[in-house]
Amino acid sequence: MKKPRCQLHTAGGIIMTSQFDRRAFLRVSAMSLGAGALLQFSPLAGTASGSALSRMFRRQNGEGLSAFSIVQLSDTHVGFQGPPDPLGTKAFERAVDVINALDPQPDLILFTGDLTHDSEDAAEHAKRFAMFRSISDRLRVKKRMHVPGEHDAALDGGVLFRENFGETHYSFDHRGVHFVALDNVSRGKPIVGAEQIAWLQRDLARFPKTAPIVVFTHRPLFDLKPEWEWFTADGSAVMNVLAPYEAVTVLYGHIHRPDHHVTGTTQHHAARSLIFAFPDPSSAEKKPLPFNATRPFQNLGIRTIRSQAPAAHAVPLAINDVELTVREIAGTEGIQQMLKGATSL
Amino acid sequence: MKRISIVLVTLIAMITLTQLGIAQEPPRVVEIAAKRFEFTPKQITLERGKPVTIRLTSSDRAHGLLVKELGIDLDADSGSPSEITITPEVAGTYPAICDHYCGSGHGNMKMTIVVE
Repeated sequence: MKKPRCQLHTAGGIIMTSQFDRRAFLRVSAMSLGAGALLQFSPLAGTASGSALSRMFRRQNGEGLSAFSIVQLSDTHVGFQGPPDPLGTKAFERAVDVINALDPQPDLILFTGDLTHDSEDAAEHAKRFAMFRSISDRLRVKKRMHVPGEHDAALDGGVLFRENFGETHYSFDHRGVHFVALDNVSRGKPIVGAEQIAWLQRDLARFPKTAPIVVFTHRPLFDLKPEWEWFTADGSAVMNVLAPYEAVTVLYGHIHRPDHHVTGTTQHHAARSLIFAFPDPSSAEKKPLPFNATRPFQNLGIRTIRSQAPAAHAVPLAINDVELTVREIAGTEGIQQMLKGATSL
Repeated sequence: MKRISIVLVTLIAMITLTQLGIAQEPPRVVEIAAKRFEFTPKQITLERGKPVTIRLTSSDRAHGLLVKELGIDLDADSGSPSEITITPEVAGTYPAICDHYCGSGHGNMKMTIVVE
């Protein structure tokens, strides 16, 4: 039987085409918020593996498979101010408003690192963590999970991150999906480490190969562009552990731009940043894209990806890119007023 | 006859030792000093096909030196240098980065290795 095809589209055209095995029971559609991505999980009801998995999750966690959505936010860099983007936390705050307006609300929000911008002064960095929490606490969604980025955890080995959010790697189940938080930053190097990889192997051992798994981490787990530090040195060892599983989605940040990549049956999705954007990796230089005062949220806009027909997973997903505008964030007062009012530490 | 044999053996031994001496000549050592947020020198040139030892030192905190294509992945901390011997085989210009996060200027900490 011919496998159904699924395409991800952007405003610029098709960016990824992949074949989905019918055994993979999850449909992942995404609404990227510049701020991140709203992912909608739709279990493919009626499949044998879907039913078996649902029973397994219900038995283990009291919660079977059901449709839900999540939001991924990344690279808020609270504490960073100045060029190339003078907006401070404005994009983050705007993202909070956008998410709070979603109806229905997502079940859960994943933050994929660089929540704060680092400081050599530990007290100052602690203040930035507090500022991050004060903004994220405005979210109506109370289930929020975090992994660190190098700006959060590389200088102190993750001490401040742990004080605020607990362990830097962990896992949990939610409505029949297994979520794994991986730390590839707190050793200073872009590395997960043998100990964490052994933990991952043990953690996944209880699941059948068809179990839906979402890994969220900061850096890409494949060599996107090593000379820009867009890689994880032992990412291939992590992917070897994940390879037998048929429905794995990796969500990451770090690269400050959307990116979609497939390795084997695993899909990797990068979220945009909420501070400034980096150029396409084919560019000669890794230089932040310049701030455009007339379009302050350029490259930090909203991208929606929705399944046009949730019941038929062979149908392409519809994508709608929407950039935030000055009017949306500052009303009639304009960009200057907004800059004056930018949150400062 | 015996004297000639002794001379021949001595000559062969001398030639062999000389050749061994050449073979065991230590590779050239290139020192790279790291500190926040720069490498010194900013560019080095290596000879294709010739072994070379890259030695990384740090004068402040942990730094890395990474060039995946050349098999260079070094870490050094203040007082703890590290080194690797490689034989670059492909001519080209290779960007090298610090891959041990060292502060907010870390992203600009890079240098160039030229192989010719």
